[in-house]
Amino acid sequence: MSASLEKGINALKQVIDAPIASYFSSCVHCGLCADACLFYTETGDPKYTPIHKLEPLRRVYEQEYTLLGRLKKVVGLSKPVTDDELDQWQELVYDSCTMCGRCSMVCPVGNDIVYMVRKFREGMAASGHVPDGIKGATKRTVEIGGPMGLKWPAVANVIRKAEEATGFAIPVDKEGADYLVLLSSMEIVNFPEYLEALAKIFNKAGISFTLASDAFEATNAGIQIGNSDIAKVIVSRIVDAAEKLKVKNVLSPECGHAYMAIRWEGPNLIGRPFTFNVVHVLELLDNLRQKGVLKMKGTFKDPLILHDPCQIVRRGGVLNAPEPLIRQVAENYIPIVDKQKWNWCCGGGGGASAIHTDEAEALRAKVFGIKKRQIEEAGVKTVVTFCANCRIVMEEAIDHYEMDTQLLGLTELLAEHLED
Amino acid sequence: MHGPLIDTLTRQGVTRRTFLKYCATLASMMALPPGAGRAMAEAMAAARRPSVIWLPFQECTGCTESITRSHSPTLEGMIFDMISLDYQETLMAAAGHQAEEALHAAMKENAGKYLLIVDGSIPLDMDGAYSCIGGRSNLEILKEAAEGAAAIVAMGSCAAFGGIPKANPNPTGAVSVSDIIKDKPIVNIPGCPPIPVVMTGVLAHYLTFGSLPELDDKGRPKAFFGETIHDRCYRRPFYDQGKFAKTFDDEGARMGWCLFELGCKGPVTYNACATVKWNGGTSWPVESGHGCLGCSEPDFWDAGGFYKALSVPADPLEISAAAAVVGAGAGVAVSFANRAKKGAAKSAHETTTLADLEK
Amino acid sequence: MNELQFLTWVRGPGLDIAVGIFLLGVVWRLFEIYTLGRKKDLAAPRHAAGASGLHTVFRRSIPPPGGVKRSPVSYIGGYTFHIGLAIVVFGFAPHILLVKNLTGLSWPGLPSQFVDLAAVITMAAMVVVLVDRINKPVKRFLSTFGDWFAWAVTFLPVLTGWLAVQHLLLPYTTMLALHILSVEILLIVLPFTKLFHAFTLFGSRWYNGKVNGQRGVPV
Repeated sequence: MSASLEKGINALKQVIDAPIASYFSSCVHCGLCADACLFYTETGDPKYTPIHKLEPLRRVYEQEYTLLGRLKKVVGLSKPVTDDELDQWQELVYDSCTMCGRCSMVCPVGNDIVYMVRKFREGMAASGHVPDGIKGATKRTVEIGGPMGLKWPAVANVIRKAEEATGFAIPVDKEGADYLVLLSSMEIVNFPEYLEALAKIFNKAGISFTLASDAFEATNAGIQIGNSDIAKVIVSRIVDAAEKLKVKNVLSPECGHAYMAIRWEGPNLIGRPFTFNVVHVLELLDNLRQKGVLKMKGTFKDPLILHDPCQIVRRGGVLNAPEPLIRQVAENYIPIVDKQKWNWCCGGGGGASAIHTDEAEALRAKVFGIKKRQIEEAGVKTVVTFCANCRIVMEEAIDHYEMDTQLLGLTELLAEHLED
Repeated sequence: MHGPLIDTLTRQGVTRRTFLKYCATLASMMALPPGAGRAMAEAMAAARRPSVIWLPFQECTGCTESITRSHSPTLEGMIFDMISLDYQETLMAAAGHQAEEALHAAMKENAGKYLLIVDGSIPLDMDGAYSCIGGRSNLEILKEAAEGAAAIVAMGSCAAFGGIPKANPNPTGAVSVSDIIKDKPIVNIPGCPPIPVVMTGVLAHYLTFGSLPELDDKGRPKAFFGETIHDRCYRRPFYDQGKFAKTFDDEGARMGWCLFELGCKGPVTYNACATVKWNGGTSWPVESGHGCLGCSEPDFWDAGGFYKALSVPADPLEISAAAAVVGAGAGVAVSFANRAKKGAAKSAHETTTLADLEK
Repeated sequence: MNELQFLTWVRGPGLDIAVGIFLLGVVWRLFEIYTLGRKKDLAAPRHAAGASGLHTVFRRSIPPPGGVKRSPVSYIGGYTFHIGLAIVVFGFAPHILLVKNLTGLSWPGLPSQFVDLAAVITMAAMVVVLVDRINKPVKRFLSTFGDWFAWAVTFLPVLTGWLAVQHLLLPYTTMLALHILSVEILLIVLPFTKLFHAFTLFGSRWYNGKVNGQRGVPV
């Protein structure tokens, strides 16, 4: 029970660097970032303007790291950031920001706003201003093993069921495998077909793989809260297991933030480069497709659109794998206008989907309007995506709007149509 | 040389018709209404020539040279005959005590009615000892002469604004007439020197109407100083087209392009050179290929150099290099402070555990 | 002080002070910002064509898809006045002379009537973006005193310069002196206001492009 404003400000002082200084010095209040943020476009409320979500961070930067800012603080022209303000900003930084990164793409002076939001969260976490929902997920991940409180026996159960369904062995704790497979709790609980799909594909391709009994969880709520210390604890489990099992690659599942956590933040959290590669499952699948290993025995006929999860595509860099894969398995894939790195967020990333207050849920439903319009304009009843969180969030919204739309996972879809 | 002007003119073989034409020209140059030319002619013809006293102070005699450097046989010269020039050191025959007597006699006889013309600036330092005539300082002489004057004409930039003696560092403490005399009507006719017809035009106006012409905020007659050289310059189309001579001898110079880049002060100078020209309308500085010096403006000697265009700095920048170094110093100092602060923040970091997420 | 002395002062000591403070401020602020440094990214980079800091420095000048449609005034007005300012500042012969005097560099100027047109269009565009800042909820919400002030110190030089050339409002000598003075004010405040984006936008775009380029995303 020791979060405090002082700790929060200290955390902010630590994370402020030249990019952040450059960004705050360049902002000309043009407001174009708001045009890219679904929380603004769907509500019309200017408080959701992305750069505004960072106002306390800007003040800390100015007052601590600029000469004029320090003088202003001394003479009282600039007020120090208060605990109250951070409290007010909690809604802006967590409920209405999914760290989707669209704002960083459009800022004319080049500000990387999502970079700053991630760092701002370090201060929010250290000062105790984190939504309960995400706190809960983090607690469960640290103490039990995953955000939903899943323990290994439950996972082992799912593995056994998958082995039975597919007829293939799914190794656990095997040394020297090509791939260490990670799973997200969401998949284990809601979409166990994903593991079955993996088993089929790996066997077809002749790739050796394993799971780790002490590091099966891919998601990292520490990243979502924005606390690097906790995120490090969580990611270290995977690194330790991968190094202990001497695997060549770690396979990141269809979960957005999991990929960001292990592929991009991981080495920086533990302070050294990895000794293994990190591969997203779609990268692996596209690789296999290019080698001609992924042969389809039929195709999916219904017209569909692709939803590109923010953390995998725009923020993760897996730009080119998804489309060829969907084209491989679907006859009627309709590319939408804002696709790939320009895609609109599902509204539930960054930990937002874990916030279960009435206001947060109402907001998420409202901002789904943009995806709803994309689906309606394309005139389709099927949306394919490759992030379990996006799937859940969108399924909830589709329910809310009583839409007749089905959500499918890409890996699952591929596996279903895979030639035996 | 007394008696009405018209007699003098007739004696010199100038017809009434020529005289009328001259007055009409002069009137139109001064933008006076049509009838003024005739009024001028009548007034001047009948005028009893007023006394004019010309006092030279810290001057180069250029103004005197200019006013006499009008074409000959001169119409300006006739105006000269129109007045009773009772004291003018360069032109008068007398010298020494005789000259002094003539001066005091004229002042006494015409007290309150004579026109006082002054050229040259008035030094104030060393109690005015820098410039004395007959053992008396210019300052003293001016004050005495101004008392009985009906009006004062400050002839030339020195008398009007201080001129070259006043230029930096002003070693004699030179000032203008209007800096000293505050209680008499003063007309400034600046120029270094002024254009001859400008000088005589003002006198003609005074003779005709008994008053000084309309003056601008610097006491200059608007008729001659109401517009800038730039606005009347025949090379203006080249300025507008962006065609500039870059040296005195290049293609542009030979094509007669604008001299802005060679330092022409035309845009900020009020005078009549562009329309009236010099040497009886022969030419003027720009037409001869040299930029306007701005000689009818106050402090034109200190206006940043004759060959520096108006858009370039008047003086070389002196503090820039030092300022950049100071800036770098400040920046480095701040960067050290920043790094220290960041280091301190890092040291103060307490690893966050789950418990630390709660307040 | 009469108007020619005022003009001589702004051309002389005034310019010296303003350029001095400008250089001091720019160097100081650049140090202050960029010496904060950045931790090295330890993740294995993904190499993608066209994804780098340098690419983003240039590419970010292109509006994003759908951007102009959503906020036409911001983009069109913004481009118009920036380009207009560049034309007036760098294309007008007297300005080129100033640069030549200070640095030795020079280039051909544009015809004065073209610069005149550019100045008018620039001022019109600036007024339009000002009105938009007042009308649009997001911009109005974000705007502080600094925004209005920055607009004014940028607008005044264009206005006074144009008035001087047109011989409007005040006599030329005074108008020219006010123009030069307004530019000096702009120079002095530039490093300490949002106008400093003129220098930092390159660094900002570069960092953004680099971080995303590391991940293989061209931004």
